[in-house]
Amino acid sequence: MQITVNDTSYTIDVEPEMPLLWVLREELGITGPKYGCGIAQCGACTVHVNGYAVRSCQLAIGDLGNSSVKTIEGLGTPDSLHIVQEAWIEHQVAQCGYCQSGQIMQAASLLSTNPDPSDDQIDAAMSGNLCRCGTYPRIRAVVKAAAKKLQGS
Amino acid sequence: MGRLRTITRRTFLIGSAAIAGGVVFGTYLAKRPIKNPLLTDLQDGEAAITPYVKIDANGVTLITPRADKGQGAYSMQARLIAEELDIDPASAILSPGLPGPAYYNGAVMEESVPFPAYDQSTMAETVRKFMHVPAKLFSMQMTGGSSTVPDGFVKLRMAGAIARETLKEAATLKSGIARDQLKTEDGSVVLPDGSRLAYTDLASTAASIEPITDVELRPKSDWKFLGKPMPRIDMPAKCTGTEQYGIDLVFDGMVHAAVRANPGLGAKVKSYDASVAESMRGVQKVLPINNGVAVIADNTWRAWRAADAVDIQWAAGPYPGTTDEIFSEIEKVVDSDEHRDHRQRDEGDVEAVLEEGEYFEAVYKVPYLAHAPMEPMNAIVKVTDDRCEIWTGTQIPLFVRDHAADLSGLDKDRVFVYVQAMGGSFGHKLEDTHVLQAVEIALAMKGTAVKLVWSREEDMTHDYLRPGAIAKGRGRVADGKVDAFDLSVGQSALMADWFGRLMGMTIPGPDATITTGSWDQPFAIPNYRVTGYRAPTMVPISSWRSVGASGNGFFHDSLLDELIYEAGADPLAERIRLCLDDTSRKVLEKVGEISGWDGPSISENRGRGVAFCLSFGVPAAIVTEVTHNGAGIKIDKVFVVVDVGEVLDPINLEAQVFGGVIFGMAHAMNCETTFENHAAMQDNYHAFEGMRLYQVPEFEVVALSNAKKIRGIGEPGVPPAAPSLGNAIFAATGQRIRELPFNKHIDFL
Repeated sequence: MQITVNDTSYTIDVEPEMPLLWVLREELGITGPKYGCGIAQCGACTVHVNGYAVRSCQLAIGDLGNSSVKTIEGLGTPDSLHIVQEAWIEHQVAQCGYCQSGQIMQAASLLSTNPDPSDDQIDAAMSGNLCRCGTYPRIRAVVKAAAKKLQGS
Repeated sequence: MGRLRTITRRTFLIGSAAIAGGVVFGTYLAKRPIKNPLLTDLQDGEAAITPYVKIDANGVTLITPRADKGQGAYSMQARLIAEELDIDPASAILSPGLPGPAYYNGAVMEESVPFPAYDQSTMAETVRKFMHVPAKLFSMQMTGGSSTVPDGFVKLRMAGAIARETLKEAATLKSGIARDQLKTEDGSVVLPDGSRLAYTDLASTAASIEPITDVELRPKSDWKFLGKPMPRIDMPAKCTGTEQYGIDLVFDGMVHAAVRANPGLGAKVKSYDASVAESMRGVQKVLPINNGVAVIADNTWRAWRAADAVDIQWAAGPYPGTTDEIFSEIEKVVDSDEHRDHRQRDEGDVEAVLEEGEYFEAVYKVPYLAHAPMEPMNAIVKVTDDRCEIWTGTQIPLFVRDHAADLSGLDKDRVFVYVQAMGGSFGHKLEDTHVLQAVEIALAMKGTAVKLVWSREEDMTHDYLRPGAIAKGRGRVADGKVDAFDLSVGQSALMADWFGRLMGMTIPGPDATITTGSWDQPFAIPNYRVTGYRAPTMVPISSWRSVGASGNGFFHDSLLDELIYEAGADPLAERIRLCLDDTSRKVLEKVGEISGWDGPSISENRGRGVAFCLSFGVPAAIVTEVTHNGAGIKIDKVFVVVDVGEVLDPINLEAQVFGGVIFGMAHAMNCETTFENHAAMQDNYHAFEGMRLYQVPEFEVVALSNAKKIRGIGEPGVPPAAPSLGNAIFAATGQRIRELPFNKHIDFL
């Protein structure tokens, strides 16, 4: 089976029902997406499939087809940050940080389809991403700040 | 006291390279210098000047022995050392180091003394100092109790200062220029002519001399890093997916393990059939472990699937099988003389006042709660004939080492614990069942690294929970004032339970956690009594962010609020009137000021509630505003005021405060762990929802600095959160909810 992750093509030999998350983490060694619940309740595993935010714990690899996958590693790197990541660092959002890959991928997906979201739209888009540390007030602020940054760029 | 204290701290700091100076604690063991663990492992050209600073040609390593569970502890520990060492903390290598007794935590034990935190009398302070002795003797290297900053505030800056002066002395030996002519800046000693000697080039000379210990800490006015916002060192990694947590670590040839242990916690496996699991793809082995079955496979997902396919017959759990039965055991002990554990507050004559006539009476209840950090429990263990290596996120590295030594039959010094970055804990990583399971499996796979990851379901059904508790409150009012306050709290003994697992022994005497957060509040009520009743040990329990105060904060403040309403007084004004501690009173006054408090009612469907709790030495007051629109409660805005004595980083403090308040409110809204057939029923986040972004209120956080002692802020935001919400719901709706979670009685929007 061939899959494309972060513009790189990989050949894998796994059961078609293996979730994308575990292919990424343990077959390909891409550990930015996190396991939190396995049932699409926490969003820590969020990646982009064809540009849209998807819970990778619930997407069987056999259903991926020719879609391309982007993980947080493909969004930006410490030396070359995506604007959303830049805003996230400026706002000092993360505490334990474990959910933040998913939060950032969700926010990046929201802003790519809706560059100027209202408060309600931010709440609606981001409420599937659980944060047990309670970083939420800064998440709300940073999504607005990132939207402004993106509009200015 | 000042000089004595300095000597003590130096003695602890210097380690085996040291002058044995201290004569503080009387016992030989407690004053004997603790070996500097960095000295056992040094290569040529490396210098370990204190147990916290290691320098070699590659750079400066700062040892940060308190675990970072997300609260920013690594960054803060590094900044405390760097402030005196004159290096950029972001340029240093940070390492939690190997566990060692030198890293004992004295401050966390201070909290167990029978004096309320606002009591800073000579007697109370002396007893607190003595608590450092058992901490040291028991090698209490643990992270918890919001103690990282109070424990390290002097210790770590001293470590930086000793290292700095010793490096200057090394520069004196090299240059011939007297030490008092030398300065330090950005990782170098600066000579009077402006030329520089890098710390890394001075390391081997520094290693050959006695550390300079006659140092003084810089005044606050000279601080470069402390007292102002500084970016957290781990932030870029955490925002780019490059932070490596324990669960992300990989070794060549590593195998992946899953376990299913008895959901009746502590009970055995009667029998199991692994024939289906053994034939599944990638499965290498199925083996019995203590109270469960383990599957070893080539991938975590395959291991979990195979574990689910094992047919297991469980023995029944060794405690009542249902939540109702468990709470009925707790209910029995409340107000029963036979089960009375302690009464640390008894002022006036409560009995006599209550007998004078009708009195107010109410029963409150808080549920058992899982910790459920986002990163599930995991550990990697590799055992060979003469070594056991463990990679895991833990708050108790020395206990992990000792328990693994017992299990593997290896000497303690052959067990190596490498503490990993953690995706949350909230107290779960004060336990090590998962690590010991991994050791058991690794013993059956000698020479191979075994990575055990608990599924979310395994994690939430095998937790050591925040204890459920019941409190009966009574009281009377007179002349518009609260006159009598009587609270009886029943709960299982948390510390006895935990110490039993940790140290293989129970601790004698009362279990203060039953009333922590109730008995020790800074109020002067004429007739004031708080009594703890000990329920039997049932489901295993442990510390959950804010420990005893997590339930007691709700009990104490809810009862106080009800009595104030009975008296017809203003909820904020009456708390201020009753408050006997200046620092706490200023916190209450400030929260009134920033919230624009003018009574509990805002408008027809809107109300506000105030709550207060002093925990971990930090007075915290919250005003919460809610709206009830007919369909449910919307939390609009939350105002929080705390006093930590000294704010070392306002940005991180604010994050810990609103994070703690959200943690407290989220669980109060909709979380509980219940039992059926001895098993926890909530096995994933769909049944343990917490707060979602759309429910998050606006926050305003203010930190005052009137307190005399510096305090930590990871936990104190939690205890007043639930009562402030409950009091606000009452103000908006007239409905008083005395049982958590609130959503059993009212919906949230």
